[in-house]
Amino acid sequence: MSEALSAAASEGPIVQVRDLAKTFDVGRSPKGGRLLLRAVNGVSFEVGREETLGLVGESGSGKSTIGRMLVGLLPASEGEIRLFGETVTGPGGRKRLAKVRRRLQFVFQDPHASLDPRMRVSDSIAEPIDIAGGFSRKDRADRVAELLEMVGLSASFAERFPHEFSGGQRQRIVIARALALNPDFVVCDEPVSSLDVSMQAQIVNLLLDLQDRLGLSYLFIAHDLAVVRSVSRRVAVLYAGEVVEVAEKRRLYADPKHPYTRALLAAVPRPVVGRERPPVIKGEVPSLLDRPPGCSLFARCPHAMERCRNEPPRLREIAPGHAAACHLHDAA
Amino acid sequence: MTVPLLQVEDLTVEFRGDAGWLRAVEGVSFTLGAQESLGLVGESGSGKSVTALSLLRLHARRTTRLPTGRVLWQGRDLLTLPEREIRAVRGGEIAMIFQDPMTSLNPVLTIADQIGETLRIHQGLDRAAARRRAVELLDLVRIPDAGRRVDEYPHRLSGGMRQRVMIAIAIACRPKLLIADEPTTALDVTIQAQILELLRDLQAELGMSVMLISHDLGLIAEFAERVIVMYAGQVVEQAPAAELFDRPIHPYAEGLLRAIPSLDDDAVRLSTIPGNIPDPGNRPAGCRFGPRCGYAEPACRAAPPPPILAVSAGRLVRCPPRVAALGGPS
Repeated sequence: MSEALSAAASEGPIVQVRDLAKTFDVGRSPKGGRLLLRAVNGVSFEVGREETLGLVGESGSGKSTIGRMLVGLLPASEGEIRLFGETVTGPGGRKRLAKVRRRLQFVFQDPHASLDPRMRVSDSIAEPIDIAGGFSRKDRADRVAELLEMVGLSASFAERFPHEFSGGQRQRIVIARALALNPDFVVCDEPVSSLDVSMQAQIVNLLLDLQDRLGLSYLFIAHDLAVVRSVSRRVAVLYAGEVVEVAEKRRLYADPKHPYTRALLAAVPRPVVGRERPPVIKGEVPSLLDRPPGCSLFARCPHAMERCRNEPPRLREIAPGHAAACHLHDAA
Repeated sequence: MTVPLLQVEDLTVEFRGDAGWLRAVEGVSFTLGAQESLGLVGESGSGKSVTALSLLRLHARRTTRLPTGRVLWQGRDLLTLPEREIRAVRGGEIAMIFQDPMTSLNPVLTIADQIGETLRIHQGLDRAAARRRAVELLDLVRIPDAGRRVDEYPHRLSGGMRQRVMIAIAIACRPKLLIADEPTTALDVTIQAQILELLRDLQAELGMSVMLISHDLGLIAEFAERVIVMYAGQVVEQAPAAELFDRPIHPYAEGLLRAIPSLDDDAVRLSTIPGNIPDPGNRPAGCRFGPRCGYAEPACRAAPPPPILAVSAGRLVRCPPRVAALGGPS
């Protein structure tokens, strides 16, 4: 595997994903047979210890599907996921997933939907503890208080209900619950995208502080390139279910090689007046029910060549630690 | 200066809370010139959407009182206009588009029917003429293959295409003002860029004024000539865009700009605004931003609440200490 895809940490990676794919059966095809939606199309990456890999993409990029497969909420259709050295896909995968399940947690976008409105904060946070069992009543209460403090909330909030909190505070509660069993790896799927800017910054900083304090690894999934930049060490850009570029973040943002990454970066509005606006990329994401035979970006790409129409580009290293899937960079 | 197209004076909107009437919007005043693009920016609960809806008396009637103040549209007060006349203004002279194009479109009507409805009501076109005009409008909003698309139902269109249809409906009667409330928030960033470019082009082609409402300071910076920043129901700063983004004066505007993660540098920790946005029923005495403000002085926490003061031409700031530091109100 090329260096760009590998985790940069000296110890072995804690997450290894190889050729991961997901196909959804979405009904009967009018032409006969089944209608298959290829949401993730052969994705490979690694996440190292105490590392954050950012996974960025627009809707339909497959980023959330990847996150759900990683934590076992969705079965993979093809490919391999190894977590802490255990292969959790394929025959016997679920059993091996159960072995590492406690070391793995997730935080989703919507803190309103993630918390049961009828449960007290203490019961929500302690739910993983209660399921795992083995805590005395006092240990449980102490742990809840400790977790609340860890996420910047007062321990006195334990007996309140979710509706008494703002969106940002609720996301803190969701994070506290995710940390209840001392995980090593947390999948964060758009954890700040439903929050106001002033709340977003607080939660991003909290995630960074917790990483330092607890030695966590994150897979940080988001559509917001700026947020991803602030939390990640390496960033993988997804388009139509494929990784089109991956690099250490400074390189990716300063010197993007894939036309889609460039278009994405150019499209983000910046809080600066009078900026020279780069051209806007035309068109929309192709149908995942009927994937184009060549490069997924073919119809939209300003640099499309004849070979891009039928020959899908492979993700390959174009500089140390920097890989892109684009025929433009094949010659080099 | 010529008479502005729109002049809002002391707009206040109250809605029913658990314990009496609460102010969603309080004392909002601003003007909008012909062909101008104005940005209204704020976080949740700032009152930016309520402000926009109230201009056209589209506030929720069962829970909200009739807005007070004045909304002068070409000399007429929209808040007191008879229902029949304001209906002619809505969708005719002033059009509006919203965040979610799916819930704004009727799923059982074709695109031709929905654009045609506006044309039949406001311009009295017959069905065939309305359909022809609908095709022209779809062309105008750069929908490819308009002649075929016009007969499709909304579910066949992507989010970006649906928002283009909403824009087509909005501009069908050549409005003088388009109010766009978070028009790209539900869209992907590359599609957002397309819609923004379209709005800019249409504004120039049709000579409309546009009021863009957004939580996204980046979007506002790229679109608006003048910006109004709202916090907890009040305007806290009003300024030409170039001045605001170059040097915000109100501490909230400053904090908000600093809290945006940057695409262009590697600051690891983000600058934050501490605390939470206050609920309308639970706003602090004195300056509403006071408890979260790093510069607050004891006087900021005391009643009466601070007035908004002019610091230079076209620039108003609701922070007396900052204004005083700049040499006092102009």
